[in-house]
Amino acid sequence: MVDLRARWINIGFQVLAILLALLFTTGILLLAGAPPLEAYRQILTGSIGSFNKISDVLVAWVPLLLSAAGLLITFSAGLWNIGIEGQITLGAVFTTWVLRSLQDTTLPPGLIITAGILGGMLGGALWASLAGALKTFGGVNEIFGGLGLNFVATAITLWLIFGPWKRPGIGSMSGTEPFPAQLSLPLLPGYRLSPWAVVLGIAAIVLVYMLLQGTYFGLKLKAVGKNIRSAFLLGIPTWQYMMLAFILCGALGGLAGAIQVTAVYHRLIPSISSGYGFLGLLVAMLVNFRAIWAAPVALFFAALNIGSIQLPIVLKLDSSLSGVLQGVLVLFVLIVDGIRQRLIHKT
Amino acid sequence: MNTDLIIIGLAGVLAAAAPVLFAVIGETLTERAGVINLSVNGTILLSAMGSFAAAYLTGSIVVGFLAGMVIGGLTALIIAFSSITLHQSQVAVGFVMALVGRDLAYFLGSSYMGVSGPRLPAWNIPVLSQIPLVGTLFFRQDLITYLSFLLIFVAWLWIFKTRPGLMLQGIGERPAAAFVRGANVNRLRYLYTVLGGVLVGLAGPTYSLSVKAGWKGTISGLDGIGWIALAITIFGGWNPLRAAFGAYLFALLQWLGVVLQSSLPGIPSQVLQVAPFPLMIMALLLVNIGNTEWIERLLAGMPESTRRLIARLLRALRASPPAALGVPFEQE
Repeated sequence: MVDLRARWINIGFQVLAILLALLFTTGILLLAGAPPLEAYRQILTGSIGSFNKISDVLVAWVPLLLSAAGLLITFSAGLWNIGIEGQITLGAVFTTWVLRSLQDTTLPPGLIITAGILGGMLGGALWASLAGALKTFGGVNEIFGGLGLNFVATAITLWLIFGPWKRPGIGSMSGTEPFPAQLSLPLLPGYRLSPWAVVLGIAAIVLVYMLLQGTYFGLKLKAVGKNIRSAFLLGIPTWQYMMLAFILCGALGGLAGAIQVTAVYHRLIPSISSGYGFLGLLVAMLVNFRAIWAAPVALFFAALNIGSIQLPIVLKLDSSLSGVLQGVLVLFVLIVDGIRQRLIHKT
Repeated sequence: MNTDLIIIGLAGVLAAAAPVLFAVIGETLTERAGVINLSVNGTILLSAMGSFAAAYLTGSIVVGFLAGMVIGGLTALIIAFSSITLHQSQVAVGFVMALVGRDLAYFLGSSYMGVSGPRLPAWNIPVLSQIPLVGTLFFRQDLITYLSFLLIFVAWLWIFKTRPGLMLQGIGERPAAAFVRGANVNRLRYLYTVLGGVLVGLAGPTYSLSVKAGWKGTISGLDGIGWIALAITIFGGWNPLRAAFGAYLFALLQWLGVVLQSSLPGIPSQVLQVAPFPLMIMALLLVNIGNTEWIERLLAGMPESTRRLIARLLRALRASPPAALGVPFEQE
């Protein structure tokens, strides 16, 4: 039934949603007494104005893409893995732990980094399986279990930074002692970007796309998400599938955390997840859970994040404007889609 | 620490629990009607900022509180419209509003950061405030804290002892049956979602004009409270009395975290401040675990006396959500 006309109407409604989101954000800028066009121009030049900025956008793109990729798996299984923030954090903690334990050994740095990244994936997967176990064995909704675990993850990080892993002298919010340069994923000379991180991010989204579109596993996972009771009656081991979805998503979140440690911050910092998990949830919702769109939308969101860093510097505005724009974009897409469906049902 | 300090501390706990109470009871009413408002965290931040700005600009505390309530009501209206009228996912819209509310608060609030503004004064109730202990605890608070005491009982009476309250339970448990009995399910859901949102919105000014006067942006310490409020709603089993117990317990734990800090110098303060959160997870686990199948199976294999004891314990703790929570209702 998707004929050409319906598709154009669809696109028209989506453009309308984007325009409404821009209109709303412009209104907010006017309310704050700021020049809207200048603000948008700053975001644009702050994100694609130079090679340096573009590389920064890619640095932000990787963890966002990894979170969105993982969340597409849990969303397919009908799960709201809001605990992704904690999974990223625990990934970073485990990576830091492995690097700290191995940095004084004679092992080659490449091996230590690999072990650190695998450790991070394990940490994220473990933290996710905790939310999964709370859901399947404890009857605790994954939204609330996940939220609670996010706070616990933050507490663990702070305790490590100010306690056992504190810098010589006194612990501070700036994080643990930075690792030596050879324990960093190789960076492009002169930039903060690691091509390895980009490769890992792209590989993850491609794998998730293939998993969900082209495998029997993906099909069964979606069956669990669509109707858990019929899936169970069809002989799909439902709780095992849900658990596996949590673990896979946690491993990808953990990978994001591992990359933040090995390629971006080179140490553990208090807010290591930087909100990429929640932003990943927005990306997954905005692409309506279709993996193929996740990469470009995540890139756009990353550009907004990096571009808005200019706002406090140049215009004395808070950089949370990017969050407002990203949020209302998803909100208007949901609302406009609801109106479209209502109109279709009426006629 | 002497007794006087403890009493003053506990009086502070009662005041600190007031905003949590507003949010939790508001959310309880909304969820009783079958709607989840997941935006609480963003709503509290935005209404705290908005009401402080309104009170600062107009010089009127009343305008400040009204602004907070309007912000909460409007946010809830967006969720009601998207979910009830447009059939979009309540969880999705609520989550988005939680993020938008937070970012809007930080963006628009940056010019009010650290500004000193009006604050609700304490109001000692004559005679009653002179009673030893009890007077200090309950009757030397401010007006909004007294209102929070009152709200617990009003909400409880409304839900369990009135006819409209019975209808409220009906539209959350069996909307089809309530519809047959003449309830306009979706209109009532709109009403309770907005009413609940107004109460959640009241939590904001209770912080920014009373408990933690002022607006301090990301270091206000308010980010996260809304998520806790959602957890306490479940812990409270959608009952205002039990929810109030949860809110006071949370405030007490936070206070203990601050007090114990001096006696436990090895633990950084940030860790103690989040101590209530893992305890909340444990509480949620206890409340929910009685509903799971494997516990029932495990119990079935136990000797009669043990089984009965554990089953009774779990039943006392257990809380089941309204049967139609999160399920849209299609009126024929």
